[in-house]
Parts: sequence; structure tokens; C-alpha cells
Amino acid sequence: MAHSAQAEAAHHDDHPTFFRRWFFSTNHKDIGTMYLILALVAGVVGGLLSMAMRAELMQPGMQIFGNPEIFNAFVTAHGLIMVFFMVMPSTMGGFGNWMVPLMIGAPDMAFPRMNNISFWLLVMAFSLLVISLFMPGAPGATGVGAGWTIYAPLSTKGIPGISMDFAILALHLAGASSILGAINFITTIFNMRAPGMTLHKMPLFVWAVLVTAFLLLLSLPVLAGAITMLLTDRNFGTAFFDSAHGGDPLLWQHLFWFFGHPEVYILIIPGFGIVSQIVATFSKKPVFGYLGMAYAMVAIGVIGFVVWAHHMYAAGLSVNTQAYFVFATMVIAVPTGVKIFSWIATMWGGSLSFKTPMLWALGFIFLFTIGGVTGVVLSNAGVDRSFHDTYYVVAHFHYTMSIGAVFSIFAGWYYWAPKMWGYMYSEALGKLHFWLMFIGANLTFFPQHFLGLAGMPRRYADYPDAYAGWNMVSSVGAYVGFAGLLVFLFSIAYMFAKKQKAAANPWGVGATTLEWTVSSPPPFHTFETLPRIK
Amino acid sequence: MAIFHRTLTVLAALAGLAAGGLALSGSALAGDGQPSPWQMGFQKAASPIMTQINDFHTYVTIIITFIALFVLLLMIYVMARFNEKRNPTPSRTSHNTALEVAWTVIPIFILVAIAIPSFRLLFAQYDFPKADITITATGNQWYWSYEYPDEGIKFDSIMVPDASLKEGQPRLLSVDNEVVVPVNKNVIVGLKSNDVIHDWAMPSFGVKLDAVPGRLQQTWFRAEREGIYYGQCSELCGRNHAFMPIAVRVVSEDEYDAWVAEHKSAAIDAEGKVASARE
Repeated sequence: MAHSAQAEAAHHDDHPTFFRRWFFSTNHKDIGTMYLILALVAGVVGGLLSMAMRAELMQPGMQIFGNPEIFNAFVTAHGLIMVFFMVMPSTMGGFGNWMVPLMIGAPDMAFPRMNNISFWLLVMAFSLLVISLFMPGAPGATGVGAGWTIYAPLSTKGIPGISMDFAILALHLAGASSILGAINFITTIFNMRAPGMTLHKMPLFVWAVLVTAFLLLLSLPVLAGAITMLLTDRNFGTAFFDSAHGGDPLLWQHLFWFFGHPEVYILIIPGFGIVSQIVATFSKKPVFGYLGMAYAMVAIGVIGFVVWAHHMYAAGLSVNTQAYFVFATMVIAVPTGVKIFSWIATMWGGSLSFKTPMLWALGFIFLFTIGGVTGVVLSNAGVDRSFHDTYYVVAHFHYTMSIGAVFSIFAGWYYWAPKMWGYMYSEALGKLHFWLMFIGANLTFFPQHFLGLAGMPRRYADYPDAYAGWNMVSSVGAYVGFAGLLVFLFSIAYMFAKKQKAAANPWGVGATTLEWTVSSPPPFHTFETLPRIK
Repeated sequence: MAIFHRTLTVLAALAGLAAGGLALSGSALAGDGQPSPWQMGFQKAASPIMTQINDFHTYVTIIITFIALFVLLLMIYVMARFNEKRNPTPSRTSHNTALEVAWTVIPIFILVAIAIPSFRLLFAQYDFPKADITITATGNQWYWSYEYPDEGIKFDSIMVPDASLKEGQPRLLSVDNEVVVPVNKNVIVGLKSNDVIHDWAMPSFGVKLDAVPGRLQQTWFRAEREGIYYGQCSELCGRNHAFMPIAVRVVSEDEYDAWVAEHKSAAIDAEGKVASARE
């Protein structure tokens, strides 16, 4: 009944030409698709940068990079690209845009035209960032070699070239894009839910997007303010971060991390949502402890705003300040534990099928646990004295972000690809992709714990010879992971070549959310008649 | 119930093994004053604070290994027991208040058990003893300058380039002028920077502190063994960030006095030049 009504509606649809459809798009599905394409491009660029870094670090001595500053520029670009142009556009921009209106039974996003500008701002931002790699930076080098944290005064006096200004403006645009997107999500979720879809009936992915949108809305303006100060320090003679003229370099760190710590939850919370949907679907059981799961994300988001200085234990904060941040940071482990155990409890008593999306979700849960427990170690300022700025930290945040967020993105891709494109992906290729990435990521990042324990500092283009062994293992792991990425690209091509039709609901009884009630792929406009939720 | 009990026993054994392995790797493979190939643990502690860091880390690592293995075993059990072949009809259970309270409250107890020794360690690090020696380290792009204000000694410490390395000098760690301190004395290190943020780190002493322009920050150590100890700049500072190592030579008190006497006269000459330049 609903189906034929939709077909009817589709018939009256406007059929925009290519240019109007993709460049002036106001359709949440098309914009979501464009976000996913951007994320894929950025992911390949960011991945190639990391391959160059791992190739350099495979052996002691300088082999690939003639100038260590270029290596620093690669480190910086890898971080910024992966954070702002790969993870955020795929989870929020891609899956958020595609699935939030479908999951709450809304015809589209609240502000479709704002949705369009929020996407194109991000394209401009990405272009600026890529251009910055080729612009003059520190004397004798190109690109921004200050790390994604762009600490002053390295980012003010240390990099006189214009590349830093390009990067700052890239962040401004990316930030504006995300703030607009966040406003759009919050408005959509609060006002456009189908009749009967109360907040406490929303799928957990929608909850995750809602919490993330609030984090974006509250943290990105702080980054915007901070990088504006950086820009004026560099170009207009202000001295916010210049101690010689009454400023303070630590002010930058406080402002940056007040944004930066919520940012890491911005990267991972949508992943929590995706994994919750998938675990429930493939266990054929409702999510265990739904309210606990939803409010655990809220709690993680709220506490995430009061723990920023745990990134600054070595900066010279007073001991009492450090003690507070130790305490506050540890608290986050509690809601995180609730999520891990609730996922396991969701599977407990279920009837599990191990399709590709479920493999990624299971991989996510275990590896995120490893990243989580090393986070508990690092929360202790006393032991972080040894770990700060070493590879232990690199291992920790890659287990949560590189493995955590990326695994959730791939999980979401395989879960929703049949819905978005109407074609089934290849199980064999999906599983091969998973195993290559799982082995590759562990081989890359687990030995980095040892390097960090032994004292190897991060952001080093060359290292003492004693660190050679584990670095070699880590580089080999990175190549295995990259092979996984190639398999992924091939599997996309294969899926579109094979055109194996997917049913409206390919996952069976476990898939209970609204997106599975519309056809695969969904018509151009969905829910022109609002569904009623019992 | 029996299965649960067996699982627990296996878990405990595995956690013990992992922790034992880690502790072993920490002692057997650890370098003294510098990293060693395939090292898996901390460098050997050479100060009381680093010994405490090491002990605390071992303790926390046992706890987190146990937690990670617990989660892994639960997942393996769930995958083996509740897959669609063995369990075709899923249950509809979606709540269990007792369980939910348990997995909220038990982690809190674990965290308290971590927090207590953690705060003890943190406050020990900031419990500055009375200084026997005071030195100032100043970060520059890309080398460290040291000053012994009480002895009037000043020098720059620059990495030995690969081509000039002598036998036994580790690459990227050796410097032309090492910091020299006496063994078993409290050394207060003041940190400054002339340009961007650097970080003075010494893994064997458990010391790491940023050198921030416009600030004078302090840390301290008490080296317990004679020998040479290496660290590296630990805050990204630009092009040669990887090439401004830190080297501290810990010597007996007599050797230290001799070193001071030798460098003092040189320093006085230099001071004279500076003083006349100032006038």
C-alpha cells in the first residue's frame, strides 16, 4: 500500500538534469552520496600519505623524504584529512544524511538548501587543505608541518609561509560546514520525526547523530575562535599566543583541546550508533538496554567537554589541575563500558549471522575495547609522563579512530550499501576486505605500544636504530591494511558492475528500522505520506 | 555455572601469563639509558619516580589485560553459542536491571582501585625535594642549551651527526656536550624555550616536561645509577624535531666535582667576555 503510494509520488517527481541534480542538490540522499564520495577520495589521499610515512619509517635513516619538514607536513595533512574530510563526512555527512530522515520517517532534512551549502563548503575546505601541501610553509619546505594540533608558536612564528593560512581557512570552512550540518540534524531530529516516533523510540544511530550534532555545535565555534586568533597573530600583529607580547602559548592548547577532545567523540559516537544498529540486526534481537545505550552516549558527550587538559599533562599544568583531569577522564570509562557490555548482551541469546557488516561490527567492539583500556592507562597523568607524545599514544588513538571509527564506517557501508544503491555487495570480497584490514590494522598499531613503552617519540621522521624492529612490523602491517583498501575499491566497482539486485530488506527479521520499509534503492523522495509508529 | 567458573579460571591464568610476559619483557629486554632492539617494555628505571611509574604501569596493565581478555572471551562465547546454527530462535530479552547496575558499578570500583595509586604517583612526581644541583635547559630550534647557574657553567648540546659518530655512540641520541650530574643527588631542571615549544624527556628518569616560550617550568630527578642516559625532544618543534636529543651523564660525586672545576674556569673566561660586552 505504502509502496504503491510512493511509486505514484515518484512518478510526479521532478527529474533534474545531471548538473542540477548533483550541484544544486537539495535531496538528502544525493547529498549523502556526495559526502560519501568526498570521504572516499579523502580517505584514499589520507591513506596514501600514511603509506609514504610508513615507507619512510620502515627502516632507520631518511629514505623517502629528503626534508624532514615535508614528513611533518605529511603527518599534519594525514591527521587533518582523516579527521575532517574522511571520518566526519562519511559518518555524519554520508550515513547521517542518508539514514536519519529515513530512520525517523521524515521526507528530507529540515533545511535542504543549507544541506547543499554545507557539503560544498567542505569541498572547498578540502581543496584549500590539499593546496596548502604545495604552498610555502616553514623555511625551505612546503606544507604545514605543525601537526593537526597546530600548536602555537610553531604555527605562528615557526611556519611563516602561506600554507598555514590555507590550512586555517580550510578549517574555518570545514567548521562552518559542520556547524550548518549540526543545526540541520538537530532541527530535523527534534521537529520532523514521524507521528509516534518519540525520542525514546528513535533508532540508536539517530541518537548518536543527535549527540554528535550537539558536540559539533558546541565545540566547533571554539575552534573557529581559536584559529581566528591564530590567523590574526600571524597576519595582523595580535599576540594572543605570543608570550613576548603578553600572550600565552598554553592558551592555544586549552582552546584547541576544548574543541579537540569533543572532536574525538564526534568521530566515534556515530560509529557507536552504526554498530548498535548492526549488532541488533544480525543478532535478530532488540538492542539490550536501549535507554542505557542512548544516555551513555549523552553522558560521554557531556563528560567529553570537561576532560580536555588530559592532552596537556606534559605542558606544565599545576598538579591539582592534573589530578582533576585524571579523575574526570576516568569517569568516561563507565559509560563506555556500559556500551561495550550492552552490545555483548544484545548478542547474548541472539541468533547471530556473520555477514560482512556484522564482522566489521564485531571487529569494532573488540578493537575499540583495546583502544579504550589503553585510554584508561593514559588518563593517569603519572604514567602519561612516560607516554605523552610517544607511539603509545599513536597506538591508542589509532585503535579508537583508525580501527574504531573506520571499522564502524566500513560496517555502515556494507550494512547500508544494498539500501543506498539497490545492489548487493560481494560477501567474499567484503570478508576479504575485513580480514586484510583487521590483520593489517593490528599488525600496524599493536607493536606501536611497544615502541611507545620503549620511548619512541611521535612525529619523528627518523628514529634511533633500536626502534627498527617494531617499525618494520608496523610498516608491513600498514601495507596489508592498504591492500585491504584496494580490495574495498575493487568491491565497489564489482558491486556496480554485477548489479545484483537487493531486496527492500536484505537482512530479514532483525532489521526493524524504517529505512528497510522503503524500496532498495529508495525512491527519490520518501515518506511523502508520513508513516505512523506504534 | 560450572562453565562460568572454568571461564574465570582460564581468564585469570591468561591475564597472569600476559602480565608476567610483560613484566619479563620489561626487565629482560629493556635497554639501560637507551632503547634496545625489539624492546617491549619501559627502559630500565634509573630514578625512584621511574620505578614507581613502572610498578604502577605493570599494575594497570594487568587490570586492562584482564578486562580486554574478559571482553574477548565473552565475544568468543557469544559467537560460538548464539550463532544462528546453534540458536535459531533468538530470545527477546532486552533488559536486566541487576546486570546493568553491575556493569556500571563494578567498573567504578576498578577505577577507584586504579585512581588511588595513580594519585599517589602523580603527587610523588610533584613532591619537589630540596635541590642539590639546579640546571636550566633551554630549547632552541634545534638543540638544547644548558646552564648551571650556581656553578656558572653554560654550554650548548648538539646532536652528533651520523658521519661523526664514534664507536659505541648511538645514532640520533649522542650529543657533543652531555649534561653531567652526580649520582643520588636531587637535580632540579628548569625549562625555558627561545622559540617554539620543545619538550625535555628522559625515559629512564620518568621525566617529561614542555619547554614553553615565556614560561619557566620545573621538573626534577634523582639518578640512582652511574651511566649515560638518553632522551629525545617530545614536542613537535619543526624540521629537526627528531634531531635534538638529550643526553645526561650520571657520574660519582668526585668526578662531578672535577668536571665542574674544569668547566668553571672555561666558563669564567666566557663570563668575563660577556660581562665586558655588557658594559
